[in-house]
Amino acid sequence: MAEIVESGGGGEKGGKKRPKKGSARIDMTPMVDLGFLLLTFFVLTSTFAKPKVMSLTYPAKEIDKTVKPPKVKNGITFLVSDDRVFYYKGEFYPVGNADGKPATQLIETDFGPEGIRKILKENNTFVLNKITELKGKLDKKQISDSIYKKELIAAKGESEALKVLVKTDMKAKTRNFIDVIDELYIAQIGVIAPVDITKSEQALLDEKLKQ
Amino acid sequence: MAKLKLPKGSPSIDMTPMVDLAFLLVTFFMLAADFRTDEVVKVEIPSSIGKDDIPQKTLVMVTVDTKGRVFFTCSGEEVRKKVLTQMMAKYKVPLSEENITTFSRMEGGFGCSMSELPKYLSLESEERKNLPNATIPVDTSATNELADWINFANREMLDYGKKKFEEESAKQGKGGVPLKADDFKPKFVLKADMEAEYVKVKTVIEVFRNLKLNNLNFVTSQEAHQL
Repeated sequence: MAEIVESGGGGEKGGKKRPKKGSARIDMTPMVDLGFLLLTFFVLTSTFAKPKVMSLTYPAKEIDKTVKPPKVKNGITFLVSDDRVFYYKGEFYPVGNADGKPATQLIETDFGPEGIRKILKENNTFVLNKITELKGKLDKKQISDSIYKKELIAAKGESEALKVLVKTDMKAKTRNFIDVIDELYIAQIGVIAPVDITKSEQALLDEKLKQ
Repeated sequence: MAKLKLPKGSPSIDMTPMVDLAFLLVTFFMLAADFRTDEVVKVEIPSSIGKDDIPQKTLVMVTVDTKGRVFFTCSGEEVRKKVLTQMMAKYKVPLSEENITTFSRMEGGFGCSMSELPKYLSLESEERKNLPNATIPVDTSATNELADWINFANREMLDYGKKKFEEESAKQGKGGVPLKADDFKPKFVLKADMEAEYVKVKTVIEVFRNLKLNNLNFVTSQEAHQL
């Protein structure tokens, strides 16, 4: 071990004290001990992977009933169950409806990039094209950053832009819901509405789930 | 064959590089990492592309674990104390000074009904974690305990945020980027386990929406995505 080498005993009385030659060696063991103790403490008590948040704004509860909801030209509804997801386009038509429209069929898809993301990208071409156009302008410095953001929000709110409803049943897991919302953010969907599932939709979903 | 001569005395190793390294690592961990808060329950969070940081300053957080148990916390020791005092008055549950202090120090959250709170706070922190049925009562009605917690926390956090905003603006002085008042408004965070039933989470979301708090932040871990 490194140590301070002591010269032997008290030495001669009255003798001249001579400074020791060579380097004095200090025992560093306690310092190393302390260093590693602190190191272990900090390794165990610290966190690095900071969790992030995904913001989601819900529609207000008391909606003014006199104002009619805007006409949706392009809409998709996702029905989420336990690790399975179905969708239909447009409005929901139960069997034997008054309008004489064919009954809505649910189509199954999955949470992967080939599932929801593909469907959303195909149906949200209006906004996605607009984004590419705006980005091009932004890169050429034709528009400023604030205008870009404003235009983007405006594009997402237009009637051609895709509107998405997300409905969950009793068996859905939180993970499934977050996955769907996440895909919506990736596909730049402006209007997201988590709503309650209706009875006829639930019945249709149950039937599909049995298959 | 000639015998190898072994050096006499204790062999001395130069430990300086090792010490250097150890202290370098200590410094790194001290500066780069945050302390882990003592979470009341372990929650596996889902992943998303969300890239905003958790608003630490003015946070009101509800946690839902795998079994659907509900926990509550908010930032700021004084805020927690004030919220508790109001809850005590509303539900007429008297608590000792000691229990109030315990509560205000619980940063990781708590989960228990008001009637059981005195007993809950008297337990050791490890015992609290092992209670299988501890949860804050929550239902779809307009008035439940969770709604009251959130409501009181919201009001207190508004005041606290204002104070904090003035304090920090004053500290910063005239130079530098002006702080945004919006950053000091209460932020509502929902931390749900990825395996939790969504119905349970939805009940909590409904509580927020009944209080007209429509902007919620879901805690997620970040995943890389190509757009």
